[in-house]
Amino acid sequence: MRILSKIFAARVWQWILLLSAAVGSLFIGVADVSLWDILFADSERLGIFLVSRVPRLCSVLVAGSSLAISGLIMQRITRNRFVSPTTAGTMEWCRLGVMAAIIAFPDAPAILRVFVAFAVSLFGTSLFLTFVSRIEARSIVVVPLVGMMLGGVVNAASTFFAYQYDVVQNVASWLQGNFSLIIYGNYELLYLSVPFMIAAYLYADNFTIAGMGKGAATSLGLNHAGVVRVGLVIVSLVSSITIVEAGNIPFVGLIVPNIVSMFKGDNVKNILFDTAWLGAFLVLLCDVAGRLVLFPYEVPIGVILSVIGSAVFLALLLRGKRHA
Amino acid sequence: MIRLCNVTKRYGETVALSGVTLSLPTEKVVALIGSNGAGKSTALNIIGRLIPASAGTVEIDGKSLRDWKSNELAKRLAILGQTLYTPARLTVEELVAFGRFPHSRGNLGAADLRIIDDALEYTGISTLRGCFIDELSGGQRQIAYIAMAIAQDTKYILLDEPLNNLDMNKAAKIMKLLRTLVREKKRSVLLVIHDINFVSFYADYVVAFKNGALKYSGKTEDVIRSEVLRDVYDMEIAIKSYRDKRLCVYYE
Repeated sequence: MRILSKIFAARVWQWILLLSAAVGSLFIGVADVSLWDILFADSERLGIFLVSRVPRLCSVLVAGSSLAISGLIMQRITRNRFVSPTTAGTMEWCRLGVMAAIIAFPDAPAILRVFVAFAVSLFGTSLFLTFVSRIEARSIVVVPLVGMMLGGVVNAASTFFAYQYDVVQNVASWLQGNFSLIIYGNYELLYLSVPFMIAAYLYADNFTIAGMGKGAATSLGLNHAGVVRVGLVIVSLVSSITIVEAGNIPFVGLIVPNIVSMFKGDNVKNILFDTAWLGAFLVLLCDVAGRLVLFPYEVPIGVILSVIGSAVFLALLLRGKRHA
Repeated sequence: MIRLCNVTKRYGETVALSGVTLSLPTEKVVALIGSNGAGKSTALNIIGRLIPASAGTVEIDGKSLRDWKSNELAKRLAILGQTLYTPARLTVEELVAFGRFPHSRGNLGAADLRIIDDALEYTGISTLRGCFIDELSGGQRQIAYIAMAIAQDTKYILLDEPLNNLDMNKAAKIMKLLRTLVREKKRSVLLVIHDINFVSFYADYVVAFKNGALKYSGKTEDVIRSEVLRDVYDMEIAIKSYRDKRLCVYYE
């Protein structure tokens, strides 16, 4: 309880900002729903509200915060600011897993897809880490480039098999993340990410220490490899859940922890809330922007985040020369 | 006490350390010396359980290294590696606080906070507590890490070349700090070091390695002699007397 009251007390403005954006987002969309309709329970409008708008908001918040946290974990365990589920190929492995699940078990429930995606991405991301630990020049920029290259190869394989098995359309929908398909009854699996965010909080110090290097971790009595494994499991699971439910939401895990770090440092325990908050806020803003840019049409959030994310990533790379 | 019995380390065909048997005195500044590749860092890292020995045993206070639970050992022995670099932006205070991790497992109590304050005070970096470590100079960073080891409250503190890249002012400061730690706080400090004049002035005990083998070990005044140093470094080193210490002159 003490922790909760601390979180709520010190961060009033953050809550106000997020809540007002969240409430605002509920009234933005093609169907015109006003506060009036909700209060007077216009059944059709209320239906839109409860079946589409509220689930969409919840999924945006959960996906944004959990992806930002997994990015933070990834950056600590790889000791590299430019590594995230997007730049380590995790997302691409998830897609490969989803596609394999669709081909092998066409009628299976979403949870099975999550499970297969998890297994495949855990394997793929571990492979990436092993590969990176073997190459000589572990330059801070080379590592994410290797990840993106590996991701590209995996993507090519996914696309090839998608054509072979005639599931291109299915897989394409995972190429660009999109919250417009989220409705009541088909997104609840996303909440599975919440316990892993709590696990990340309980394990926060371990991630920070792992980020200080293997030697420092050992000196403090920590099993470095064990912490890395726990981190990989959390990252792979959250990425898999998100990709199955909402598709590829790129760059959140990369840019959010970097921005938070500029202001608050990198002590995972201290910045976990801010990271989750900024992740949720960023994804919410991009989702709303996607609804407004070409109104009444929608631009998938994956497209918007790709544009913003790659610009910020480039800025970070240039800045990283001096700073990282 | 730290005891090595027949410790050997091989990397494939190359032998980095061969059959080292050695007991190290406690509550002393112990310097490991030798030329590059002589095995001193390897020995330090094996004692600090950062790398496993290929053969032989290391005992810490009568218990073999592999019988120690890692968290228990972390309350007894701290090791600071050669490259104290972390890409994570932590403040000096956060870094030092992590020294309490083996004791507190992340829940810092009032006693922990006091120990952290004391460590910052003792090393003279209280004013830097809010600074990020990537903003510090090399010497300040080294001291911050030593403060972390002090907060860890271990009997043994191992340091791998802590004077690397430091100017002589900072280097002397760190050596003095280590010596005070031994005298006042009864810690046992074990460090790998190249500058034999710092060894001569600040170390109590010296262990010399050559080609992966233990060559000499003994009190500083027994090892800092020109015939011993000639043997260890394969060069002529003149010994001058300065105050009551020995000054090594190795420029020709």
